[in-house]
Amino acid sequence: MTPPSYILPLCVALPLGGAFVTALLGRKFPALAPLLATVVAAILLGISLLSVKLLLQHGVVVYTVGGWPPPVGISMVLDGLTAFMLVTINLVVFLVVIFCLDYVNQFTARWNFYVLFLMTLAGMNGVIVTGDLFNLFVFLEVAAVASYGLVAFGTEKHALEAAFKYAVMGSVGSLCILLGIAVLYASTSTLNMADMARVLAMSKPGALTTFVTVLFLMGFGMKAAVVPFHAWLPDAHSSAPAPISAMLSGVLIKALGVYALCRVIFNVLGASPRILGVLLFIGALSMVVGVFLAIGQWDLKRLLAFHSISQIGYVILGIGLGTPLGIMGGLFHLLNHSLFKSLLFLDSGVIEYATGTRDLKAMGGLRAKLPLTGATTLAASMSIAGIPPFNGFWSKLLIIVAAVQAERYGYAFWAVLASVLTLASFMKVMRYAFFGQLNSRWNSVTEAPFFMKLSLVAFAVLCVFGGLLLLPQAREAFLGLASEAITNGTEYVNMAVTQAR
Amino acid sequence: MRTNEDNCTEGMSLIVKTITRLSVGLILLYGIYIVLHGHLSPGGGFAGGVIIALSFVHLVLAFGKRQAFGTLSESGTASLESLGAVLFLAIALAGFSGGYFFANVLPHGEPHALLSAGTIPLSNIAICLKVAGGLFAIFIALVLLNPESEQGS
Repeated sequence: MTPPSYILPLCVALPLGGAFVTALLGRKFPALAPLLATVVAAILLGISLLSVKLLLQHGVVVYTVGGWPPPVGISMVLDGLTAFMLVTINLVVFLVVIFCLDYVNQFTARWNFYVLFLMTLAGMNGVIVTGDLFNLFVFLEVAAVASYGLVAFGTEKHALEAAFKYAVMGSVGSLCILLGIAVLYASTSTLNMADMARVLAMSKPGALTTFVTVLFLMGFGMKAAVVPFHAWLPDAHSSAPAPISAMLSGVLIKALGVYALCRVIFNVLGASPRILGVLLFIGALSMVVGVFLAIGQWDLKRLLAFHSISQIGYVILGIGLGTPLGIMGGLFHLLNHSLFKSLLFLDSGVIEYATGTRDLKAMGGLRAKLPLTGATTLAASMSIAGIPPFNGFWSKLLIIVAAVQAERYGYAFWAVLASVLTLASFMKVMRYAFFGQLNSRWNSVTEAPFFMKLSLVAFAVLCVFGGLLLLPQAREAFLGLASEAITNGTEYVNMAVTQAR
Repeated sequence: MRTNEDNCTEGMSLIVKTITRLSVGLILLYGIYIVLHGHLSPGGGFAGGVIIALSFVHLVLAFGKRQAFGTLSESGTASLESLGAVLFLAIALAGFSGGYFFANVLPHGEPHALLSAGTIPLSNIAICLKVAGGLFAIFIALVLLNPESEQGS
């Protein structure tokens, strides 16, 4: 049976509905908020898996909102990349919500947390499913504004400062994107992405396309926190509550940054070798600068945040290679990074929950007291450092092999170097936090509550077995279709326009 | 004779209060007019909602927050805002009965009639609740968190 196409608008409507109902009733019924958020996240995970099935059986699906055909109305498009991102986002968010069930108890006004959480989820899903450039901007702002609030949720001084910095820099990025959209709209007279690509393909590429590309690189680069635009990320991601750091680092920067950048550059503007060269350079720069900044950090969450910059660099590098293998490696690394980085942030949350510190020097020997956290952190560290057979190894291998195949030996070298430095940096984390002598301050520390452990174990299992996605059948159904969506480039037009007719 | 207002030291002077009492109803009414004619003339839920919120802001400025919050409390504002959002989503979901998310399922009626355009006026009302509630809630947050006015009251 083919799943119905109305699951696409539900990806946005369900979390929005959950957020609004929570806002309306959360004060009176405190138990409602976590329950509703978990149910919504579970349904969305189911929907995202259904969307893969729908894609396999039906091909590209275009949903016309309100029944208006595409160039006029807003359309929602399901192609390989959309299905891939939906699964990534909703899988991570579902596991993070389970973690939240215990973690959020330390805050007052818990329902507000879930309202903002669901709003962020709605925004991310909206960015992924929409086929309309301005709609993409609106959902991007929904997710971004809700995440500014979430970063400040602890209302401590450093959290407020980080949220303000994030808000200012995020707004500058959004303004660049908005200006880019305005310029494109002025020159093509349409906002539908497929239609826009069709008009752009008929006109000659000129200064306008270059200008818009630069604007989008700045705007989406700011959201993705690639190196020249990364300054907000270490503060924001380390000051937010742990599950929020996991969500921001795990999926938000990818949905708002990497996905939107790929969609606009590859499917709308059309990737030229020059743009790919810029992507390659930015990717390699983030990769190396991020890891060098990370290795000297003593604040655990700040170290993880800098590693996010570095790992996003890998994703951009893989996609910037422009070969099918490179793009597949980049996307696979995107999925893997969302799994292991979420796990690492959740582990840091458990440590903070149990000991109240994020300072690596103050920890020590925690393995004896937090055995499960230690084991899952080890799994995630091995993944991010690219040790076989963990998932991070396979995606890094793909990226490096693709770089060698494309005869970009320099970039392959930098990718290997960054990977070695990542390993060194996580050896440091394991050594100072979990191994060695138990610091006597932590004699009374106990392991995390049940739901937090459940979430950690689920993530760790996914990290160990994530490499199985490269088996031929799974690869063609999932990663292959996603990278095809990018490599097809402006073919997107034909699919999205003819489907709707 | 005006002991009631003379005792109430909050807010602005008698002149401002008198003028406000005259004008605030007109502003509110104009906001409602803009909302209800949103599908016929320029304006709509957002613009009308802003005007309605401004009428309440006007009340707070002239009469002080204690008296104004008696008319519309902080939690009442938050509920109205969420209600608007839920309503709008409900209208969008009702579109599924017409086959599509956001489909206009109600009869469209005569052009330029007040009761026409299907779900558009209803959406305008929902947006108005959301915008009016949201804007007033932002104003309340700014007023309540101002340390100077905390000391003053």
